[in-house]
Amino acid sequence: MKAFSDIRVASLLALALLVAGGFALPEWALFLMTIGLAKALVSLGIVVQMRAGLVSFGQGLFFCIGAYVAGLMANFAGLTDIFVLTGIAVIACLAVGGLFGPLLANYRGIFFAMLSLSLSMILYGVLSKMNSLGGTDGLNVAAPTFAGYAPEGRALSLSLYLYTSFIVVAIGAVLRTGFDSQHGLVSLAVRSNELRVEYLGASVRRTNAINYVISAMLGGIGGVITGLAIGHVDPEYAYWTTSGEFVFVAILAGYLSIPAVFVASIILELVRSFSNLYFPNTWQMVLGVFLLVIILTLPNGLGSLFHRKREGGS
Amino acid sequence: MSTSNPTGTPALETKGLMKSFGAVTAAHDITVSVPERAVWSLIGTNGAGKTTFVNMVTGYLHPDQGSILFQGRDITSLGPREVTRAGICRSFQIPQLCSELTVLENVLVALAIADPKPPSFFRKARESAAEDRAMEILKRFRIEEHRGRLMSELSAGVRKLLDIAMSMCGHPKVMLLDEPTSGVAAEEKFPIMDLVMEALAAENVTTLFVEHDMDIVTRYSDRVLAFYDGRIIADDAPDEVLNDPQVQRYVTGTAPAEASS
Amino acid sequence: MDLLLVILVDGLIYGAWLFIVSVGLTLVFGVLGILNLAHGSLYAIGAYSTATAVGIYFAYGGDAFPLGSYAVMALAAIIVAVVIAPLLERGLLRHFYHRDEVIGVLVTYGVFLILEDAIKLIWGVDPLFVYEPYDLLGMVEAGPLFYVAYDFLVIAVSAITGFAVWYFLNRTRRGKVMLAVIHDREMSQTMGVNVDKVFLLAFGAGVFLAAFGGALTAPMISVSPGIGVNVIIVAFAVIIIGGLGSIEGAALGAVMVGISRAASVHLMPELELFIIYFVMAVVLIFRPEGIFVRTQTRKI
Repeated sequence: MKAFSDIRVASLLALALLVAGGFALPEWALFLMTIGLAKALVSLGIVVQMRAGLVSFGQGLFFCIGAYVAGLMANFAGLTDIFVLTGIAVIACLAVGGLFGPLLANYRGIFFAMLSLSLSMILYGVLSKMNSLGGTDGLNVAAPTFAGYAPEGRALSLSLYLYTSFIVVAIGAVLRTGFDSQHGLVSLAVRSNELRVEYLGASVRRTNAINYVISAMLGGIGGVITGLAIGHVDPEYAYWTTSGEFVFVAILAGYLSIPAVFVASIILELVRSFSNLYFPNTWQMVLGVFLLVIILTLPNGLGSLFHRKREGGS
Repeated sequence: MSTSNPTGTPALETKGLMKSFGAVTAAHDITVSVPERAVWSLIGTNGAGKTTFVNMVTGYLHPDQGSILFQGRDITSLGPREVTRAGICRSFQIPQLCSELTVLENVLVALAIADPKPPSFFRKARESAAEDRAMEILKRFRIEEHRGRLMSELSAGVRKLLDIAMSMCGHPKVMLLDEPTSGVAAEEKFPIMDLVMEALAAENVTTLFVEHDMDIVTRYSDRVLAFYDGRIIADDAPDEVLNDPQVQRYVTGTAPAEASS
Repeated sequence: MDLLLVILVDGLIYGAWLFIVSVGLTLVFGVLGILNLAHGSLYAIGAYSTATAVGIYFAYGGDAFPLGSYAVMALAAIIVAVVIAPLLERGLLRHFYHRDEVIGVLVTYGVFLILEDAIKLIWGVDPLFVYEPYDLLGMVEAGPLFYVAYDFLVIAVSAITGFAVWYFLNRTRRGKVMLAVIHDREMSQTMGVNVDKVFLLAFGAGVFLAAFGGALTAPMISVSPGIGVNVIIVAFAVIIIGGLGSIEGAALGAVMVGISRAASVHLMPELELFIIYFVMAVVLIFRPEGIFVRTQTRKI
């Protein structure tokens, strides 16, 4: 119970900070924070799977589905309410994740990484060819409304930011509980020793499938918010390099701390926007060097957390 | 050590198990019937088929032919998870532990899984009731002082005990121990076996263990199966089996002329 | 019948190209255990180097002997391999051989990010064209249609490449050692194989094959940023169909994907972009680890 109230206190503090920041920050920073937090949700989905030893290179699939839910609903159904859109995105990702999760749960390591990547590339291919959905140009997304409230300008940025902050804190709290739960502990056990988990009587496949579905929903929510914040969606959301950036953030943050994922994601967005201004052609290089430095200099830290020891270490 | 009142249906039966890997015969017509609460040992040189037998019974391998029955129920085609759920657990020659978790957490994992309901996303793993039970189990195997340690910090004996303790969390009816004392310091072997056998006897668990140390075989088992070349070449009380000339020639290497320990 | 022939020829051309761009990937994975996500970037570097080198060749009198441009293309790929392979393998990858395969993916993803920008820094963002080698051989008549002869050159080169790799692995001493490493790395190490050398050689060959694929492709496309990004994806699909680490698998996978794609282009063009994944999905349903599976033993 103590830990439970700790989570509550931490969440309220985080929320208070975020809300206070919302009224203090300039509009460009609000936008950047919104994107950073929303994308962090997608990376958090990778972290959920990393805790069981899997790295998905295809979270762009759900990110893209979420974003297209926003775009399609606005363009074809006239729906702009952010609560409804988020709900639809979650349901859509639940359905797709529920379909592919049990299939992908049979795979491990690079097979899992690359098959999840392939799935997102299929969506990329489909969307690029569908001219009714804008093809490679994508769709513009109408500004969201908030249960009837239709803000504009700075009020819109602020509303979206506050909405994102609430969602992010709520999800962070739920996931912390989940990480400390039986399922969370069994996930860590799967990461360490699958064989043992099966020989204790739990299904590794089920564990992986559940984590995949959770990550699907997180990806969808991240996508719907990003689509609404940017006001435009295109197939690039599902491209493998987009997924790669989510993996980058997950590696940077590691799987132990949830707030670290948000921080890492916001750092990435900051680096991206400054690089775009000052050195547009080398920003990926900066990321690449950064990634290598993390993996190389922390052999027993973040990077080595992926190293699965096959036996109890004798 | 064991209670000697086998009753009714055998706990575990195998009928004509066959298994080969390419040209190597790992099991040839293995037929055994293990009564409830029996404590049997499996002996044989490396490659004789002992571990293959354990692997087949626990669903890691499936026999090419033959069947396996647990309390009369056919479990031949089940995988490790279903076999475990049915009530047959095992330990491993190389302890299979979760290296990134502490000793206590390893047991908590085992307890969370042993729960009939699937591991919950909403139920805390470290709630005090579960921790108390985990500590009880650690105490029973006298490894409670290691609770906060990681696997790399443990001695071979502690790893063996933890491995078996985790398998015990599911309250098995049948337990297969794969070389419970291999790699353990000589002076630790008997204390470890005492603890393990006591825990198993307390829950009336039918036990089969693979063992190379004949002192342990004679002391703890009431029947011995000797394996050679995928076949059972002797199946009797320990003294009988160890005095069998074939066993002495192919298994223990104590041919009469050069009898030693 | 004509359509069938067209599909077959188109499929073979595309399959031949696929084989060249994916055989290096599967070779490197087989020997080093690293799925090189930067393979596509190496392909792109090969294409750019070729564009530059062939451009220079023709600017300085290459017109007198245009066929020499083919030698220039191969030379460009060799230079790329000699410069880049030791740098990457010795400097970076060798730190990760004992680690999880997923780490290899992450590391080479980092390399991919770096190389993509390095390409832009070196060659800029404007597309380059080197059409000369493509037009050099003229046209050939195949059934009802005319093909650019260069396309058939790709098939020939691909077949020669496949044969060369096969010959090297099965008929030369070094190759046999490499095959032994593919088959059982730990065993080979304990048998005293100098794995360091084998790894460098294999990675060098992998880089060369990637760059050579790019070199061969450069005359057929406009060489521009991002050409390598897609290649890694199709190459991966091809080698997963064939079974990771299997050379024969890459060949079979390439032909299967090539013909399926050609069929789709002519029969159902809207499916073209994801037919490759469709083939992959079908194969994986029946052979979960690809057609030629690396045997994996696991002991308790």
